Amino acid sequence: MKTFFLLANTPIPRDLPLPLPLPAWVLTICLVIFFLVHILFVNLMVGGTILVVITEWLGRQNKRWDHLSLAIAKTVTVNKSLAVVMGIGPLLCINLLYTLQWYSANALTGHAWLMIVPLVIVAFLLTYLHKYTWETWTTGRKKTLHQAISVLAMLLLLFIPLIFLSNINLMLFPSEWDKVRGFFSSLKIGNVLPRYLHFLAASIAMTGLFLAGWFGRASSDLSHLSDFTRPELRRIFYKITAYVTLLQFVFGPLLLFTLPAAGITPKLYVIIFSGAAIGLITLMLIFRELRRDDSRIGQSYPWICILFTFVVLGMGSGRHVYRQAALAGHQAQIQERTQEFASALADFNHQLAGQPAAAEPDASQLFINCAACHAPNTKLVGPPLTEIAQIYHGNPDGIVAWAMAPGKKRPELPQMPPFAHLGEANLRKIAEYMLEKGKAP
Amino acid sequence: MDFPSYYLDHLAGGRLIIGIIASLHVLINHPLAVGAYPILTFMEWWAHKHGRKDVDELAYKITFVVFIVTTTVGAMTGVGIWLSTSLFAPFAIGSLLRVFFWGWFTEWLVFISEVVLIMWWFLSWKKADTAEKKRKHIKIGLALSIMSWLTMALIVAVLGFMMKPGEWNQTRAFWDAMTNPLYLPQLGFRTFFALMTGAVFVWFASFFFTRQKPQGSRLRKWLVYRLSHVVLVSLILTLLFGNWYWHNIPEVMKANSAVALLSQQFMGWHSQFASLLGWTLGTFLVIAIAGLSFSSLVPRWALLIPSFMGIWLLGHFERAREFMRKPWVIGDYLYSNGVHKDELAFLQSEGLLKYATYVKHREVTETNKVECGQDIFMLACSRCHSTTGLNGVIEKFGLMYGSDKPWDDAGMLAFIKGMHQTRTFMPPFPGNEKEAKALVAYIQHLRETRESLQGAQTIGIEAAPLAPESPSNLTNR
Repeated sequence: MKTFFLLANTPIPRDLPLPLPLPAWVLTICLVIFFLVHILFVNLMVGGTILVVITEWLGRQNKRWDHLSLAIAKTVTVNKSLAVVMGIGPLLCINLLYTLQWYSANALTGHAWLMIVPLVIVAFLLTYLHKYTWETWTTGRKKTLHQAISVLAMLLLLFIPLIFLSNINLMLFPSEWDKVRGFFSSLKIGNVLPRYLHFLAASIAMTGLFLAGWFGRASSDLSHLSDFTRPELRRIFYKITAYVTLLQFVFGPLLLFTLPAAGITPKLYVIIFSGAAIGLITLMLIFRELRRDDSRIGQSYPWICILFTFVVLGMGSGRHVYRQAALAGHQAQIQERTQEFASALADFNHQLAGQPAAAEPDASQLFINCAACHAPNTKLVGPPLTEIAQIYHGNPDGIVAWAMAPGKKRPELPQMPPFAHLGEANLRKIAEYMLEKGKAP
Repeated sequence: MDFPSYYLDHLAGGRLIIGIIASLHVLINHPLAVGAYPILTFMEWWAHKHGRKDVDELAYKITFVVFIVTTTVGAMTGVGIWLSTSLFAPFAIGSLLRVFFWGWFTEWLVFISEVVLIMWWFLSWKKADTAEKKRKHIKIGLALSIMSWLTMALIVAVLGFMMKPGEWNQTRAFWDAMTNPLYLPQLGFRTFFALMTGAVFVWFASFFFTRQKPQGSRLRKWLVYRLSHVVLVSLILTLLFGNWYWHNIPEVMKANSAVALLSQQFMGWHSQFASLLGWTLGTFLVIAIAGLSFSSLVPRWALLIPSFMGIWLLGHFERAREFMRKPWVIGDYLYSNGVHKDELAFLQSEGLLKYATYVKHREVTETNKVECGQDIFMLACSRCHSTTGLNGVIEKFGLMYGSDKPWDDAGMLAFIKGMHQTRTFMPPFPGNEKEAKALVAYIQHLRETRESLQGAQTIGIEAAPLAPESPSNLTNR
């Protein structure tokens, strides 16, 4: 068997003794694709809230930005719901494929992991509050409060992805787990910060591209945005996409070159650099669009989206290839340990089954069920046997009846639990044993 | 359990937190989603058919509330049950996901459609301004009602399965898990309970939306009269299915475990529940009958009472359901502390620490006794008990042996080894004799020092080297 050398302090837990419900490669494909769909909506949610805050702020000078801000906010409240619901699929897949690593990372960042629930609820409620007070909280302090709500929602939505990211990152490095003391210390492992910057830039770029199409499509209703022309909107959001994507050519390499060596393979470089090459072509296409005049801007939109899909697929697969390589050794050792345990267990159970069936328990063995509370002549929890023997002298059936359905006689003692599950015959044996042992010397 | 232990001292392993999240979810899901969607769709349809703008407007306003609550608290508490269970019982959720993948996967697809439909339905309500568009809009509501019921129908299979796995224990097949014996009664019970409480919720909401006179009272009369029918019919069906459900459970407990009889706690709870159920249903009944016979006389505030009683009842029901499952997390297969039924004898003979991962020592010695006991507590007890806090071991032993008297080591040892016989909702102790003694030593030490115990999320993990025969030990320190 291939031996993997892991660092000395890597914990090797045992896997759950149940098979995967479908082949690992199917789950892997599902994981990569479902995750990309999920992260697309997360991008649109996070990028959207950032743009809402900026445009509403610009709207203080010029009302037309305020109108645009509201139009973006309306997409955020929809995309945020899709972000949550589309997150279930990848969560399902990662739970199955990386059960041990994933749950361990969850536990190690436990408080933060649990805080996701209230934080997301609050963030979502704030986005609704912000959207539905737009027409009423329009001036003075109320407008300031309105903007503050949106800033707060944005900050929350910027923070929450960091919790997921810390888990996704931490699960990759089991050899570092013993250094973790909660969520904040987990951020020091691997390269969380470059990954986060990459994610943020992707969010803004994706949202730009989405909004260029959302407002730019011929069927969109721009009656509330009468101060903008359709080509103008296309141009604004293309620009955002273009310049932020340009920034990705800094963040991308930063992420790649700060990755711990654990999962770096030539395959990873091939995938990532091909993705980046397509990204470069896409970027050139966007800049070409930006140079076009108003009547023609937006013509290449479908092509840009198709190419972007390939870039994203490349990055998504690269991400998975890294994970697979980083965890290959750990997964193999888990398998090995799980099998060892399973065969030791099977041997033991086999031997156990081979042994002659245990004889009917005798009275003293049965009495173990009672011994925790009833001692021969001292009061533990219930009365001692000497006392019981006095009360039930010559009446073992009385003990049986009591043990089947105990009542409460002594206010100072806890009530006795029923023992009907032992069966009347066994209780009778115990009763006789008790009377025997409790006899006055 | 072979995962780092997330543990909140004083909070008893977090059942409270899962419980709060889950109850909140059910409280939203049953009345506001499963129950209210069909009622609101009916209101929209009826308003369209009879040209009653006011009924349509009321349905819209209530849908707004439903939309906000379900897409925030409703959706996130649903995910939250999963996130919190991942922390407190990863072995359970991990196993359930492997068994129930297809159920969950299908549920996910249905859930996506539910979310898309509620957004579509609510956000396009005001845009449906022609008769044709309105008809299409009503169909969206209908589709939403069906989808939200389907989500529940799939999830109930999981709940029923956890209590009574039926054939699955022999076959390990998905369909057997899905068609477990408690499925239909529970689904019927929950469906009509949801409709009943959905109607009660619409009553509740109309309290706020029918304030102005006289239009308000006219609208309320319309609503109270019709929803009284829904409440009454659903109430009868809830009772019938509930009866079937209750009658299935005691059999389950007998079939599932050697320690069959229900605990005292449960019996005490049962009588409480019965009277609560009686009072709640009585209130529903009185108001519904009043609504049927003289709906204009039913005062506005009376519409609030059933909701509060419904909340109380539902919370109590879920608590009982969780309690009755014990000592199992998957009936007759996996104990609530993550020990599998077929491992029990093995661990009792070989020792729990030997095969665990996140422990400090593998063998109990005189010097490391207390530390070992602490790890054993974390592995075997901490999913339900805290140390000195809620449902704490110190409190429990105090109740038995007296909190002001010395506790006898031998008595505690005897209790731990036989606790599954005396406390039939507790799993058997999954370790060897030495480990049971170490646990006693730890509890005695804990009683004296009352030192707090921290989970892996605070103090991190420690993994002792594996036993010598393990090849992976070659690379260990």
